[in-house]
Amino acid sequence: MGEPILKIRNLQIEGFADEQWKPIVNGIDIDLNRGEVLGLIGESGAGKSTIGIATMGYCRPGCRFVGGTIEFDGVRVDELTSAQIREVRGVGISYVAQSAAASFNPAHRLIDQYVETPVQHGVLKFQQAAKNARAMYATLDLPDPDNIGKRFPHQVSGGQLQRAMVAMAMSCEPDLIIFDEPTTALDVTTQIEVLAAIKDIVHRFNTAAIYITHDLAVVVQLADRIMVLRYGDLVEESKTHEILNNPKEDYTRDLLAVRTFRKNSEDLVSGPVPLIDINNLHASYGGEIKVLEDINLSVEKGRTVAIVGESGSGKSTLARAMTGLLPPSQGTVKYSGIELPKSYKERTKDQLRQMQMIYQMPDVALNPRQKLREVIGRPLGFYFGIDGGERDRRVKELLEMIELPTNYIDRFTPELSGGQKQRVCIARALAAQPAVIICDEVTSALDQLVAEEILKLLDRLQKELEMTYLFITHDLATVKAIADEIVVMLRGRIVESGLKDEVLTPPHHEYTELLLSSVPEMDPHWLDRLLESRATVN
Amino acid sequence: MRFWLSLKRAGLPAHIGIIVIVLFAFAAVFAPWLAPYGESEVVDAVPWATPEESGTLLGLDQLGRDLYSRVLFGARNTIALAMGITILAFFMGMTAGFFAAVVGRWVDLLLSRLVDIIMAFPTLFFALIALSIFGTSIPVLVFVIATLDSTRVYRIARALAMDTNVMEYVEVARLRGEGLWWIMRREILPNTLTPLLAEFGLRFCFVFLFISSLSFLGIGIQPPAADWGAMVRENGVAITYGIFTPLVPAAAIATLTIAVNLVVDWFLRKTAGLREEY
Repeated sequence: MGEPILKIRNLQIEGFADEQWKPIVNGIDIDLNRGEVLGLIGESGAGKSTIGIATMGYCRPGCRFVGGTIEFDGVRVDELTSAQIREVRGVGISYVAQSAAASFNPAHRLIDQYVETPVQHGVLKFQQAAKNARAMYATLDLPDPDNIGKRFPHQVSGGQLQRAMVAMAMSCEPDLIIFDEPTTALDVTTQIEVLAAIKDIVHRFNTAAIYITHDLAVVVQLADRIMVLRYGDLVEESKTHEILNNPKEDYTRDLLAVRTFRKNSEDLVSGPVPLIDINNLHASYGGEIKVLEDINLSVEKGRTVAIVGESGSGKSTLARAMTGLLPPSQGTVKYSGIELPKSYKERTKDQLRQMQMIYQMPDVALNPRQKLREVIGRPLGFYFGIDGGERDRRVKELLEMIELPTNYIDRFTPELSGGQKQRVCIARALAAQPAVIICDEVTSALDQLVAEEILKLLDRLQKELEMTYLFITHDLATVKAIADEIVVMLRGRIVESGLKDEVLTPPHHEYTELLLSSVPEMDPHWLDRLLESRATVN
Repeated sequence: MRFWLSLKRAGLPAHIGIIVIVLFAFAAVFAPWLAPYGESEVVDAVPWATPEESGTLLGLDQLGRDLYSRVLFGARNTIALAMGITILAFFMGMTAGFFAAVVGRWVDLLLSRLVDIIMAFPTLFFALIALSIFGTSIPVLVFVIATLDSTRVYRIARALAMDTNVMEYVEVARLRGEGLWWIMRREILPNTLTPLLAEFGLRFCFVFLFISSLSFLGIGIQPPAADWGAMVRENGVAITYGIFTPLVPAAAIATLTIAVNLVVDWFLRKTAGLREEY
């Protein structure tokens, strides 16, 4: 094996928050050999990204190195001057960020951005670098590798852009690549392309890599070794199969057990009239771009209907059309058999009250300048005219219902964690005593353990209050957990729908099949097998 | 508590600014008690008498009035007026700006073009015309300058409100069925307040300088009422004789302007979330 390419000892980093320095990383050791892939896994705040970029001798503004050494290829990165460090970055170590769209300069062509690093560092001449770029695009299975480089970043798809980003990271054939959540922002089907590309390139060039993610199922496909981090401390480190088969720490076991929650969906009874009945619904933006076509859907009281699809399938638009934010161009939405006006502006207060929404990003769904008293209390006052002490009492009741301490009533919303904020959004929706709650990707911005808690809470509330949910998501694992019925959408149309078991048991519609098979499993060989089976089919 | 903490950490420039503003405000409020002489009281018939000659702190002005007393009373007139104008300008500009952003469509179009038309004329030119037509009484002065300034406030308020307007919490409020006034007041206003407050400080300076320049031109605050701008103009000739008198009100204008800007700078830095590099 020889000397490790990367040797980190007792790395300590602090960040400045709330007017004081707080530790982010507490003494982490890493040894990484050539050609080895190390997975860093943990929830947000675990310090995994901070460690990732620290290997390049970089700290985000507002952070500082406190102690420890970082040795890359025998050189102490932490002792280099900024001029010397520039020689290492891009050439010796490169970085692939979560959002390729935000990492590319939208004003330059892909190939120019690829070529920039090697030419800048004097590693390659322009012609040679451009030739390499085309070869690399071909390696990564990008369409039309000879010409795709001439496109601008907005002219390729998200998955292609992420692969172009991986290609760019390889431009100087570095010894180490840091992948920081490279697939988190992608759809499941696109995620596979990128994972396959990364896996291929790492093996082919014998490059060492650090793969940072919160998704254990993804990292086991690539990593030889996994480090589990929490609050800047190492929880556990061992070989991938060891972690999977024989986890030593409780926290690791929790991470492995995530997504095992299953809703008990028995004894479904249909009422005489469905609670929500959508007929022949069409919607478009600006009258031209059709986003929804011929949607027919009915939702029974007390059930959870999951609407599944990838980005651009029109699932969020369906929610907007139902609530009247985007008045449909054709078709009707009926509530308890009564047709609702197309625009929310024409609906009565009571009609508005019946349909509440919970959003993906609790940060932007809560007014940061309001206290919980007002956030949760306003619907009570607005719809039911409750105020004063009675309102406070009801707000506290709701806080108990969502399992938050009642003294939080005087907190401002930014003082809560992500999961707590989402709970407050749920409480706000409940305060209106609605018949239906539309949940738009409510768990996708949350850490997995937190997301699972939210799902359990929603399930409990459904049982207690006979709530009806319309659950919009791209995440099939969530769907399996909570849905009674599933509706699969593709390009603005419903391709398959029915009870959960019907949809999940074969035979499927081919798109449903593609979606289902693309969900990563906690099995290191899952990706290889999947690619193999897809290759034989094609 | 949190406010005091951030105030404590504001840094030296902001502290200096705050102290100066507090001193000026104190002087403005307590002018009749602090000033040894009346606002237009002639102390001695000798114009521009030096401190030693007249036995006063800063000497006398062109009519033999006590300069120190005039500066104190001037603070009163100038600051109170500038404050009143800025508040009115913000009230008008913010209401119109939020309204345009939240309602959108033709309301936005109409208001924005109207503002463009007003802004197309040079401010001083517009003010000169308006003040010559309506006369130079205090209410006219306040209303004219406030209207002109509200166009600038409108633009910023509209831009900020548009950013906030697309937030999901505003969407939630709309879907709840909330009225326009609630959305403007409870959802938009609190989230645009900090940058607008910083802008308030800056606007205050501009208004203040604008009054001074109008007074300097003779159409602002009318004599014998003391006003810093007018005092510079009235005593301007003295500078040719090597007498420092006109520099005193000029220095007062400069000091207050700089002090307000120091505080605004701190405020802007705080709201922008920018930190010093460590």
